[in-house]
Amino acid sequence: MHLTIPELEKKAAKIRLRSIEMIETAGGGHIGGSLSAMDIMTALYFRIMKVNPNQPKDPNRDWFILSAGHKAAGFVPVLSERGYFGDELLNTFNKLGSPFGMHPDKNKIVGCEVSTGSLGHGLPMAVGIALSLRMDKLDSTVYCLMGDGENHEGTVWEAAMGAAQHRLGNLVAIIDYNKCSMDGPIDSIVSLEPIVDKWKAFGWHVIRIDGNDMAQVVAAFEQERPAGKPCMIIADTLKGKGVPSIEGDYHWHYGVLNEKQLEQARRELGGKCNG
Amino acid sequence: MAKDGLSMADIEKMSARDAFGEALAKAGETYPNLVLLGADAIGSTRAAAFMKKFPERTFNFGIAEQEMVAAAAGFAIRGKIAVATAYGFLLSLRACEQVRTDVCYQNLNVKLMATHTGLSMSDAGTTHHSTEDVAIMRSFANMTIVAPSDALETVKAVNAVLAYEGPVYLRMGRGSLSAVNTGDYDFIIGKAITLQEGTDLTIIAYGIMVNEALIAAQKLAAEGIKARVVNMHTIKPLDVECVLKAARETGAIVTAEEHTVIGGLGEAVAATTAEYHPVPVIKVGLQDCFSVFGPEDGVRNAMGLNAEHILAAARVALERKHR
Repeated sequence: MHLTIPELEKKAAKIRLRSIEMIETAGGGHIGGSLSAMDIMTALYFRIMKVNPNQPKDPNRDWFILSAGHKAAGFVPVLSERGYFGDELLNTFNKLGSPFGMHPDKNKIVGCEVSTGSLGHGLPMAVGIALSLRMDKLDSTVYCLMGDGENHEGTVWEAAMGAAQHRLGNLVAIIDYNKCSMDGPIDSIVSLEPIVDKWKAFGWHVIRIDGNDMAQVVAAFEQERPAGKPCMIIADTLKGKGVPSIEGDYHWHYGVLNEKQLEQARRELGGKCNG
Repeated sequence: MAKDGLSMADIEKMSARDAFGEALAKAGETYPNLVLLGADAIGSTRAAAFMKKFPERTFNFGIAEQEMVAAAAGFAIRGKIAVATAYGFLLSLRACEQVRTDVCYQNLNVKLMATHTGLSMSDAGTTHHSTEDVAIMRSFANMTIVAPSDALETVKAVNAVLAYEGPVYLRMGRGSLSAVNTGDYDFIIGKAITLQEGTDLTIIAYGIMVNEALIAAQKLAAEGIKARVVNMHTIKPLDVECVLKAARETGAIVTAEEHTVIGGLGEAVAATTAEYHPVPVIKVGLQDCFSVFGPEDGVRNAMGLNAEHILAAARVALERKHR
């Protein structure tokens, strides 16, 4: 699938709205980070990655790992929209017996490659997958979407060193840098800055973009990468992107919109879907 | 030639650690999808024998055990048999969450091959002793725990563990210098081996403590007490049938392990008998204390882990049985 930038923008608006409605039905969800990362996930699944929902285990596929597992409320509507399973299943989100919980389970969700939730696990697992793909001489890329607060975990930096040491040119990580962690603005908790210099110093090819600008997101994925180097895309984003009244507010790590906010979301995003 | 590809004569000359390395290297031929992951201890864990033969299937992560175990999960997701090697305390303590969440929760074919477990790095002290690993690993769903007692059994255990599909913690110490298992035999995960029959009490042990159990049984025999000795090489899943048979037929049990008595084999056995057939179960192991450092024999003695301690426990068990 290869959508154009305007098509991707519409698609992202549509899935954002679906994610919001799903969270309404569930009575709660990690809304802020699910919305901030939506443009990145949409670009990957509807243009960048080689994936086939009819053959989810196609050996030649690209791999997506949601290291920031709490963004599952954004991720599972992406999978559904891409055709891995029916939309109606999303109404079971967070319900007993549902394949979907707050954090994704690879043994329950078609199209989900790795179970995540506890932070700092996705990147080192991605390193193992990338090494094994290279060992099998497969031309596939591993995309690992991380949160920003996750960079506080030491295992992220173990994997940062390991990926550079093993010259994993088939690994692309993205940080959804919405600058909010659970307790407050990330700079008031433990700052990641200078984040570009840090990843560069660890031997990665680093690109910094506006992660809510679809043209920039696509360009970042499509530009040529230096061989033998893992790539890090620092994506500046807005927490809660798409619902103006909650954008950039760290309190919206987890929650559910009230009637008025929901109305606003439907108006804003609905307009973009059709515009 | 033993069933396991290495000759019995060769195995007899090996330490358990060397046997591990040789068995793994041999298995590399059988399993083209076997990969070895190390954390800057490939040499001292003796996994180097595999690395030498299959450098393209060996991956060193440096002193980053958490990354190594998570990466092993990544390899296993792609259908590899991922063998992650490190000292026991690092796999069980440092990489604990990766073992629980990445390996066991996802139920992946990762083999955690732990060396230097128990007190075997005696002079390195408590920081390097693995005396809680069995308790930790036992508590994880989907996990299997195997602990061989000598070089021959190490070879058999490595092969059995690789043939088994799912997460395994293979617990190897320095290994007994004396062979406790004689001749060739079938090693089946979850099926304990009765090394010596007896009717008065049963000593159940794993790892290096199996040899101590045999020495204690000999001393008891000199007093006319017939002790059954069981090599419980698989701690999880426990051979419940064997434990209950021992409870019914001998009426008293002593467990012996190079591990804390909290959460180890002793508690597993006691929980099983308590549920089905209560008998006295006396637990030999570290009694809720940290270890000391020094030469191996001295440390084991100080921590209450030799044949004399098993003998003393046996007397208590017999007294309670007849009370």
